[in-house]
Amino acid sequence: MRTYRTLGEIRADIDRNQLTLVDLVKSYLQNIEDTSHLNIFLEVFEDEALAKAKDIESKLKSGTSGRLAGMVIALKDNICYAGHKVSAASNILEGFESLYSATVTKRLLAEDAIIIGRVNCDEFAMGASNENSAKGLVKNPVNPERVPGGSSGGSAAAVAANCCLVALGSDTGGSIRQPAAFCGVVGLKPTYGRVSRHGLIAFASSFDQIGPISQSVEDSALVLEVMAGHDSFDTTSSKLRVDKYSEYSDFKPLKIGYIEECLTNSAIDDEVKKTTEQLIERLKTKGHAVEPVHIEELKYLVPTYYVITTAEASSNLSRYDGIHYGYRSDASEDIDSTYRLSRSAGFGPEVKRRIMLGTFVLSAGYYDAYYAKAQKVRRVIKNRTEQLFEEYDLLLSPTTPTPAFPIGSNTNDPIKMYLEDIFTVHANLVGTPAISLPLSTHPESALPIGVQFMAKKFDEKLLLDFSHNLMQSAALKK
Amino acid sequence: MKVDNKLIDKLARLSKLEFDDESKESIKKDLSRMLDFVDQLNELDTEGVEPLIHVNEETNKYREDEVTEKLEQKEALKNAPEHDGFYFKVPKVVENPDDK
Repeated sequence: MRTYRTLGEIRADIDRNQLTLVDLVKSYLQNIEDTSHLNIFLEVFEDEALAKAKDIESKLKSGTSGRLAGMVIALKDNICYAGHKVSAASNILEGFESLYSATVTKRLLAEDAIIIGRVNCDEFAMGASNENSAKGLVKNPVNPERVPGGSSGGSAAAVAANCCLVALGSDTGGSIRQPAAFCGVVGLKPTYGRVSRHGLIAFASSFDQIGPISQSVEDSALVLEVMAGHDSFDTTSSKLRVDKYSEYSDFKPLKIGYIEECLTNSAIDDEVKKTTEQLIERLKTKGHAVEPVHIEELKYLVPTYYVITTAEASSNLSRYDGIHYGYRSDASEDIDSTYRLSRSAGFGPEVKRRIMLGTFVLSAGYYDAYYAKAQKVRRVIKNRTEQLFEEYDLLLSPTTPTPAFPIGSNTNDPIKMYLEDIFTVHANLVGTPAISLPLSTHPESALPIGVQFMAKKFDEKLLLDFSHNLMQSAALKK
Repeated sequence: MKVDNKLIDKLARLSKLEFDDESKESIKKDLSRMLDFVDQLNELDTEGVEPLIHVNEETNKYREDEVTEKLEQKEALKNAPEHDGFYFKVPKVVENPDDK
C-alpha cells in the first residue's frame, strides 16, 4: 500500500474505489507490528479500529460521514478514552482504566476519526527523549540508535513510522514540537486555552496544551479545528471564536523576526544553524521581511520553566496516593505508609526529582525567592514577547539546538536534558501557539531538522496559513 | 544553596516520598545541580514586577453548579486498589488508644 501523507489523499482514493478504510487500518496495523521493536505503541485497539473502519466506510458511501472520516489517530498515553487504559507511562497508574473520555477524544470521535491505540511517552510527560517511560524507551524510526524526542516521543514516532496518519501529543515545554523535529514530522502546540485539557493527565496546568502531530500542515489544521473551542469542563479554555484553520488563504508577505540569541547560542549544531540561515534567505526571496530580534532573557527561560512547572507538578501529582485508584504498595501498614510507599514505588526517578524540586520552591521560606521570582520573570518574558508581536507577525528559531541525540547520551545529566527545551519553552511560558516544521535533513547523519515558528496568541490561522504555504513550496523544491 | 540530608528528609516528608541511602545521595546531587541552575534567575532585576499567575486574560468563567455527569458506585470503585463493593478500603487511619 502507498504511504498517505494527508487525509485528502486518503479520501480521494476511497472516492475512486482504490482504497477501502478497512484495508487502510490493516496496513497501519501491519506497520505497527513491523515496527514493534521501536516500542512505540503501549496498546493497539485492533478489533475496535477494524469494526469502526467498516462502520465509517458505509457512512462514507451514504454521504453521512464526519469531517475526520478516513483519519486514523493514535493517542498519547496521557489522554483519556472511556473504557480504555491510560497510564501516563507510569507504574503508579498500572491497570487504570478511564471512566470518561477527554473532550478532545470525544470531539475527534464525533467526527468519525478512528483511534488505533495509545502510544508511549515520558512518564507524566516529563522528559525530552522518551527515556523516562516506565514502559521502556522509544527508538527513533529514522535512526533507531537515536531518541525520538519527548515527551510525546511515541506520538511523533508513530506518525513518522506510518503507523497512523495523525497522533495527539501534549506540550508543556516543547513535548510536541521537539519530538516532531527529531522524527521529521509536523508538530503544533496551540495557544494556551485554545484546546480543552479536560481528560488530559495534568502535569503543569498553566503550561499544558494538547496538539496534533502529522505528516502535513493541513491535517494538523483540520484536527485543531475539530478539537478547539470552549469546554465547560476546562475553565481555561477560551470562548474566542475558532477560525477555519483548514481553509487556506493565499500567500501574503509577513514580517518575521528571527531570534538572534538562538542562532548564536553555544549549544547549536552548525547544520541546524545553516538550515535556519538558509531558510531566512529563502523567506526574504519569497517577499517576507525577515529581521533579527532579541530575547536577551533566553538563558533564563529554562530555569523559569523548571521552577514553575515543578511547583505545579508537585501539586498536581499529589492526587496519586494509592487510595482511590492506581498502585498501592503491599507493604502499606497505615495511612502514611500507604502514601509514602505507594508513591515511592510507583513514580520513576525523574518524576520524583521534579516533585522534590517543586515542593522545595513552594515551601515556606523559599516560596518568594524561587516560585514568586520565577513568576515575575515569566511576566518579564511575556511582556517582552508581546512587544515583539506588536511589530512582527511571526518569530522564527530552530526547534532544537541539535538533531536527535543518541540514546543514553543525556541520561546522567538532568540539566543537559532540560536544556533540550531551550527554544521551545518560550511559547509555553507566554502561552503563544508554535509549530515545528520538518524543513531539512542533516547532510551527514540524515537526521531531520525542524524549524519553529511562533505566532501571537490565538493567531493559529496566520501560523497555519503561512506554514502550509511554506511546506507546499518546500515540497515543490524537492 | 546547600542541599543536605536534613533538607532532603524535610522535602521527602512533605512530598510523601522516601529515599533509601543510595537514592538519597543521588537526589541530593541532582537537587543541588537543579538549584544552582535555577539560581541564575537572581541575576535578573524584577523589582516592581507583578508575578504572572494567569496566562490568559479571560478568567473566572462562572456557571451554575448543576450535576451533569454522574458516576455509579460500581464505576467509581472500578479502579480502586481495594474495595468491598460499597467503600474504598484503606489501612487503619486512626489508632484505638486501648490497643496501645
